Amino acid sequence: MSLAETAHSQTPPAWLALDRLGVLVAIIAAGGLALPFALFRANRIVPGDALGLFAALPMPLALVLLTALVGGFAAALLRWPAAIKLGMGLVVLAVLFVLVGLSASHLTPEGDSFARVSPGAGFWVLAFAFAVLVTDALTRLALRPWQRIVMLLAVTFAMALLLWSGLWTDLSMLKEYANRAQSFWSEARTHLGLAFGSVALATLVGVPLGLVCYKVKSLRASVLSVLNIIQTIPSIALFGLLIAPLAWVGAHVPGAKTIGISGIGATPALLALFAYSLLPIVANTVVGLLGVSPAAIDAARGMGMTRWQRLRAVELPLAFPVILTGIRIVLVQNIGLTTIAALVGGGGFGVFVFQGIGQTAMDLVLLGAVPTVALAFAAAVVLDALVDMTARETRT
Amino acid sequence: MIEIDDVSRLYDGRAVVDQVTLTIQPRTVCVIVGTSGSGKTTLLRMINKLVNPSSGSLRIDGEDIAGIPAYELRRRIGYAIQGHGLFPHRTVAQNIATVPGLLGWDKAKTQTRVDELLELFQLDPVSFRDRLPHQLSGGEQQRVGVARALAARPNILLMDEPYGALDPVIRAKAQDDLLAIQRKLGTTIVLVTHDMEEAIHLGDTIAVMAHGKLLQSAPPAEIIARPASDFVANLIGSSERPFRLLSLSRVGDHVEPGTASGTPVDVTASLRDAYAELLWSARTALPVTRDGQVIGQVTLAALARLAARPQ
Amino acid sequence: MSWGNGIRLVALLALLALLIWPQAFAGAFGLLTSNGQPAIYNQGSLLDITLSHLGIVAVATLAATFIAVGLAIIVTRPFGAEFLPVSRSLANIGQTFPPVAVLALAVPMLGFGTAPTLVALFLYGLLPIFENTLTGLTGLPPAVIEAARGMGMSGWQRLWRVELPIALPVILAGIRLSVVISLATATIGSTVAARTLGEVIIAGLQSNNTAFVLQGGLIVGVLAVLIYDGLSALERRLLARTGQAEA
Repeated sequence: MSLAETAHSQTPPAWLALDRLGVLVAIIAAGGLALPFALFRANRIVPGDALGLFAALPMPLALVLLTALVGGFAAALLRWPAAIKLGMGLVVLAVLFVLVGLSASHLTPEGDSFARVSPGAGFWVLAFAFAVLVTDALTRLALRPWQRIVMLLAVTFAMALLLWSGLWTDLSMLKEYANRAQSFWSEARTHLGLAFGSVALATLVGVPLGLVCYKVKSLRASVLSVLNIIQTIPSIALFGLLIAPLAWVGAHVPGAKTIGISGIGATPALLALFAYSLLPIVANTVVGLLGVSPAAIDAARGMGMTRWQRLRAVELPLAFPVILTGIRIVLVQNIGLTTIAALVGGGGFGVFVFQGIGQTAMDLVLLGAVPTVALAFAAAVVLDALVDMTARETRT
Repeated sequence: MIEIDDVSRLYDGRAVVDQVTLTIQPRTVCVIVGTSGSGKTTLLRMINKLVNPSSGSLRIDGEDIAGIPAYELRRRIGYAIQGHGLFPHRTVAQNIATVPGLLGWDKAKTQTRVDELLELFQLDPVSFRDRLPHQLSGGEQQRVGVARALAARPNILLMDEPYGALDPVIRAKAQDDLLAIQRKLGTTIVLVTHDMEEAIHLGDTIAVMAHGKLLQSAPPAEIIARPASDFVANLIGSSERPFRLLSLSRVGDHVEPGTASGTPVDVTASLRDAYAELLWSARTALPVTRDGQVIGQVTLAALARLAARPQ
Repeated sequence: MSWGNGIRLVALLALLALLIWPQAFAGAFGLLTSNGQPAIYNQGSLLDITLSHLGIVAVATLAATFIAVGLAIIVTRPFGAEFLPVSRSLANIGQTFPPVAVLALAVPMLGFGTAPTLVALFLYGLLPIFENTLTGLTGLPPAVIEAARGMGMSGWQRLWRVELPIALPVILAGIRLSVVISLATATIGSTVAARTLGEVIIAGLQSNNTAFVLQGGLIVGVLAVLIYDGLSALERRLLARTGQAEA
């Protein structure tokens, strides 16, 4: 009781005190308000008109947004509890996301299938500002791992609902999607296949290799430095360097071509991604095993466990969170890197990114980049949560 | 003189240091003893304004330190801590020259001072000057830490558990060296420890703290003989009291005429060491020597009298 | 060790030779071409392209270093402490963005050419440097900071003379990561018309000329490995100096 009283007596009305991070958020958001909310173009290539909030939205909706923003500003600026800040931040983001879709419907002339409406700089800046607010609130709340996964599921569900409802149908990114819905899902499968497949392969090879490096000290340094060098080579160069040998194998080794090995395509991509994944997995396996407390190993030995039993019952379980961290790093990295596979004909979301760059159609770039970022982010959240859960279990 | 006047420090409304008043005489060693959480380190850190008091005032030589800028005050006061806190990226010489550098001493003066201090701490300047802290042993690091604290000839040296990380043999040597250097330089030392043995060995005054309060402040003999509370008595340890009392005096102060036989003790030995020797060799008196010459004896009966609670 | 140095020297010399006298290698690369394709990239000097590539990376990394270290200093001072948790989270989240996405998204704002590549490299390069600087500045041995305070160093003196020098190896590791990522991302920058070694590789991919792909890939790969290696060596020396070295 007296504790709380003294804290409050020094900062008069506590609910009115300014939050310094909130001031920054509010400044960014105010900047976002001043910038155009939406971009209107007569077709997908021509430069467009930047439209302010009141031009982009019918008056009542603009007022809804302003009202939500007032609440958001208050939540940001004042030292309110983190849960309230989180709630308000999410409300503002939801309103922004719904309204940008409505703005597209509002701006697109009836029956005009060439016109494109995309979110303007103002939308992105506002979304960024409140994403910072949400991030700060989440950081302060220090959610448990399963709570984070539930959060992620809820946000994913909300986004799915938004996309399903048709509110965004008139946004240019979704129009690009509508034009190539089929290839989008097939590239998505390729992307996931390459990213997860390479990580799975690398785990199957990397963990045993890490074990060997842990047991055989003389191998450790050389294996790790070779993997380090591979990791350092820029991805596109590695993709390229694999083309020549694979083309040769495809042309000269009987049967290789029939199982899909050739210079161009998914094979060099998968191989390069696999090679990139090895270092973090092998290194983390070694570090994790080295980090197992000698006392635990000693105790296991003292109880009469064989080497194999020690490994299975003590060393690997205790090293598991560190190995999982390696897999997390690699998975997030490969989801991103897979975009580059498109350059060697490997497919994936990169196809849209590079097509978009080639056609200067930014909406198409977004169609490739946004799912990639979302996937990488989701993978990071889920695996971070898993790492935390397993680390909690093995902590003594 | 350091005057701590009714000083308190609150954290979240809880008093970590609670209305402490303590005067430390110049050129003496004052040891603050207490268990962890007693507020002893906080009290020490208020002297060089690493912590500001919530109430009360501190004066150094009559001047209220509230009026002195913190960085200026700290450059005038030496500060040595447990784990030495040496800068790992700077050589021994650069570490010792830190405060002279802050005070803008010229190069030649600084370098002379560095070598002087290295010699004072029995570290050969030529071989130690350019070493990096990680190339020193624990005891050497600790000595460099204290040398660094004394670099700008401060009148006051604050020490926070300076010997906490040392093993017992090196610790005993470091304590003896510190006392010798303190007598030579006349520095006022305020030292914090949880070790009563160390406090009795080093302190001209011992200040006992618990739960933020100063329980007793007195010379060691007084603390041992007349502990102000059960807590203080416990800290001393009732079974240790007679031996601790004996450890305060030297053989030289209690020599009696007589010619005992057997291995002699030197006048500089503590009475406790003499007592141990008497019991171990099953004698009733030991010859006392000064510079190798026998000057008398010290007897078991006299020691037994001296070890008894003073009336 | 001398083995390693030998390999480094040979790699460096081979790289320089390829950049300065590319025609001397025409025979070797010619083995990979067919139908009379050119063996050596013929739409610009390899040396110029390499220098332009390195220039873009250097400018972006330098800018990123200044800003990232500056920001990390601000959020680790008492007046910026409120921003520490969120900036740490943002740096974390930012790194889940693929560099290619950052590059692609910079185009709508800046058009084609060197500018979007520079901005993308700069933005993405900030993250590892910022994160490592934070790690370095928040993981300092407490006794050392306490001693610096106790000796009367002001906040800035502590920062310049104690905190930054001790954190330097960790900061440098961040810069190294950032440089490696930038070298790779700059390569892709050629798809948005930046003059980088990616254009050699992509020209090879488009015209089915394996010789181009290989020479572009080799130059970028060797450059990246040599730079990474050089920075690692510098880091090890700094670590050894402060007694934090492992090997």
